[in-house]
Amino acid sequence: MIHAYQLVVLIPYAAALILVAVPGYRVGATANVIVSAATFAAGLWLVAGESIVGDYAIVDEFNIVFIAINTLVGFTTALFSASYIGHEIETGRLSPSFVRFYHAMFQAMMGSMNLALIANNIGVMWVGLELATLITVVMVGLYRTPQAIEAAWKYFILASVGISLAFFGTILIYLAGQPALGEGMPAMTWSLLQAAAARMDPAILDLAFIFLLIGYGTKVGLAPLHAWLPDAHAEGPTPISAVLSGLLLNVALYALLRFKMLVAGQPAALDPGPVMVVMGLVSLIFAAFMLYQRRDIKRLFAYSSIEHMGLIVFAFGMGGPLANFAGLLHMAMHSLTKSGIFFAVGHIAQAKGTQRIAEIRGLSVTHPRLAVVFALAVLAICGMPPFGVFASEFLILTTTFAREPWLALLPAFGLLVGFGALLMRLQGTIFGEPVGPAHRVEASSVPMVLHLLLVLAAGIFLPPLLVAWFQRAAELLG
Amino acid sequence: MSQAYEISHLLAGVMLVTSFALLYQERVAAVLNAFAAQSITLALAVAWSAWSDNRPDLFITALIALTLKGIVIPVALHRTVARLGIHREVEKVVGVGVALMVGLALTGLAQALVLKVAAGMASHAREELALALAIILLGFLMMIVRRNAVTQVVGFMSMENGLILAATGARGMPLVVEVSVAFSVLISLFVFAVFVFRIRERFDTVDLEALDRMRGDRR
Repeated sequence: MIHAYQLVVLIPYAAALILVAVPGYRVGATANVIVSAATFAAGLWLVAGESIVGDYAIVDEFNIVFIAINTLVGFTTALFSASYIGHEIETGRLSPSFVRFYHAMFQAMMGSMNLALIANNIGVMWVGLELATLITVVMVGLYRTPQAIEAAWKYFILASVGISLAFFGTILIYLAGQPALGEGMPAMTWSLLQAAAARMDPAILDLAFIFLLIGYGTKVGLAPLHAWLPDAHAEGPTPISAVLSGLLLNVALYALLRFKMLVAGQPAALDPGPVMVVMGLVSLIFAAFMLYQRRDIKRLFAYSSIEHMGLIVFAFGMGGPLANFAGLLHMAMHSLTKSGIFFAVGHIAQAKGTQRIAEIRGLSVTHPRLAVVFALAVLAICGMPPFGVFASEFLILTTTFAREPWLALLPAFGLLVGFGALLMRLQGTIFGEPVGPAHRVEASSVPMVLHLLLVLAAGIFLPPLLVAWFQRAAELLG
Repeated sequence: MSQAYEISHLLAGVMLVTSFALLYQERVAAVLNAFAAQSITLALAVAWSAWSDNRPDLFITALIALTLKGIVIPVALHRTVARLGIHREVEKVVGVGVALMVGLALTGLAQALVLKVAAGMASHAREELALALAIILLGFLMMIVRRNAVTQVVGFMSMENGLILAATGARGMPLVVEVSVAFSVLISLFVFAVFVFRIRERFDTVDLEALDRMRGDRR
């Protein structure tokens, strides 16, 4: 009997093999959407089902949050990409054979991310995350312009260093677990490691966490390890930017949090909280200032992703049920909003034929509907009520304020700085005299409106069922 | 039994020496030879632990390290460099002296760190881990202080050699050795297919300086 947790991995991988052979990009794009919908259905089945702890797979309330977001955004991105990619062929940026390759890679990437999320073995988790990373490197270089190749190269080099350091950290975790679990598979199995965390070697565990924090932190995009992120977002196809910001950063964060739970289980080891608080704050404030100098619209929102990942890492670093809850909620809200923004940016880039902010003006005149959706999405990511991002940011700040009043000033300051930058840019793109070409928008606006509605709904009313679920996940995090 | 550890230490030590050798070469061809020597030593080290620990699956790892990293990749990179006919000299960000001093400091750091942190581990495993960490850090250093794409890739693969040494040294570690070997195959194919040739196709050079001029935000 095949189970849903196998399906979320097997469906995308099987689809990748089939999509390589499918001629014609329209068929490929439709198949891509159908397969992503099937994966989403399997993800929902998992949400409804029981917890599982097996030798290789684990499904608990914590990772199910990530799987749900992953499969949902994967589905909406496939939907967006189906209408977007045709335009790229018409303008000659991509050839049909590249689009076939793109669809296969998209599914392989989704499968790898889901593999990393359900893995109960820290080696398998590493493999899933690395596969997903390597595939995105190829996707970033897909347009084969000099800029795209430079971005892919930079991403490849930095990601490889991250890969290596995370792998060394994984070996160290195995060594730290050996005194408690002996040689062989048990010392690689996450659930067994967690049960035996208190008996793990604290000194090796410390060293392992530092390596894992730097290795996986590179992929989360924490400053000062973020250099690959803006380039990769700006030069790759827009659906990939949406998946990078919305999903891959989360999966890396997930891996980091799993190891944080291990380290927290050993009282003699270092406290991971303060380290994460500092890294989160540095990323948040640094990225907020960097927002002011961006001239490329996708780069702008890439820095905004660094800012928000910083805030999320800060929240998890604070720890405790409330801050963890706020961190999880903010992560979900950021995924939905940011991928929605990238969909809108894809529309804008196609409408204006450029990604340069200076050449995108007066959208409210030329594309009123797009302008409204884009403006609302940017206001949402800025943390304006009544959107869900406001709720989660408010929670993070108030819980920090209740515990460490002075510390709360720093994230509040960073968010304000970022708010100013985004609002300034938004004003320029929406209002003013339209310049340059104004093509008709071909891509479907359903995905971005859907994301925006979900974020709005979460801001106005969080269903008690969802709150209870997130609370249980937050408790698991400790 | 202690003889087995002596030999594995000797081999790990030779790998560390080749890591330093990678840092002071003037010519790309010599870098590739030093890398081949390091990979062959890795193959010997892995084969030795396969034999002395009675873990026959490790022979596969050793064989792949020998054929792929010891022979195929160096030969292919030699041919690439020869065919491009440019940049035969290693381009450095810092001089050889500085690089070697930093390398020495990193090696000392690795030893001090691991020997202190892993006080609870068996002494042989601890020392092998310290050597492996030093090799990883030196590979890292090479990626930073060398400018040319080929030498950066060699730096990365040298890092990977250190990782495999560390994984082999962690007694009884399942799966991961095979997986990491599969990865080194994947990554090296990747490097060849995608980067070296594409960069050549676009710029007629594999010098990353040329790429820096293309950085997006300065458009």
